[in-house]
Amino acid sequence: MARMKFLCDAERCIECNGCVTACKQEHEIPWGVNRRRVVTINDGVPGERSISVACMHCSDAPCMAVCPVDCFYKTEEGIVLHDKDLCIGCGYCFYACPFGAPQFPQLGAFGVRGKMDKCTFCSGGPEKDMSKAEFEKYGRNRLAEGKLPACAEMCSTKALLAGDGDVLADIYRERVVTRGKGGEVWGWATAYSRPDGAKSGAAPAPGGAPPPAPGSKS
Amino acid sequence: MIRATLSVTAAVVLLAACGERPQVLEYKQGTYQGKPDTPAYSNAPFNGNKGEWEKALATRNQNQNEYKRIR
Repeated sequence: MARMKFLCDAERCIECNGCVTACKQEHEIPWGVNRRRVVTINDGVPGERSISVACMHCSDAPCMAVCPVDCFYKTEEGIVLHDKDLCIGCGYCFYACPFGAPQFPQLGAFGVRGKMDKCTFCSGGPEKDMSKAEFEKYGRNRLAEGKLPACAEMCSTKALLAGDGDVLADIYRERVVTRGKGGEVWGWATAYSRPDGAKSGAAPAPGGAPPPAPGSKS
Repeated sequence: MIRATLSVTAAVVLLAACGERPQVLEYKQGTYQGKPDTPAYSNAPFNGNKGEWEKALATRNQNQNEYKRIR
């Protein structure tokens, strides 16, 4: 079975925040909650890079480990979801998450902390699929409709990719090999080169840089 | 005598750390206590047809690769 993942190509992201808007619109997310956001590194400096960040649906999710009421579960596709009926809004998952993915709605004038809300990879939660209850608690269930997350599907530059992790790695590898750069951000040698050098057509250069593009002068 | 006492004292001080145990907590994965969830393909339009659902997602997955789309 596919293992669902997100991947953001920093060479392509133009910081348009279209993914953020798509997510908010798709799930009718209230003010103050951002399941997805765009982070810019070295903002304003030539060579700045942006990436779109949400829940990364970790293989060994720290939020699951620290939750005192065990409200997290993982689907067979590797998507990390939680039961809002069980969540007590303690915020432990927020402190444990390295990506700042868990969000807490500020209800009322005194900022009472609500139930945790986070990216569901557009796959709803533990309610009847595509029901009103599921939409109100977790947002739209696009996966049950045979669709991928809205943020990635509407990304205009296709910087944000979503789906089976192995397929995403293949798409990303082909891009980097074609353009001859931009694999450094995610660690070409560790993540995207295959041990046998299959499919990529060329082995990565020493030092972790991607191989040069075909026909390029170097 | 003084040298022996000092040696023993120094040995005790230096070896004291050997008996220390790691104080870092070991996290253990909990078991889910919430409501059960059904697989994404269990309802309409796929009605439990996992193969069809995977095919639909695989097609959309490849739609993200413009190198394949334009060829």
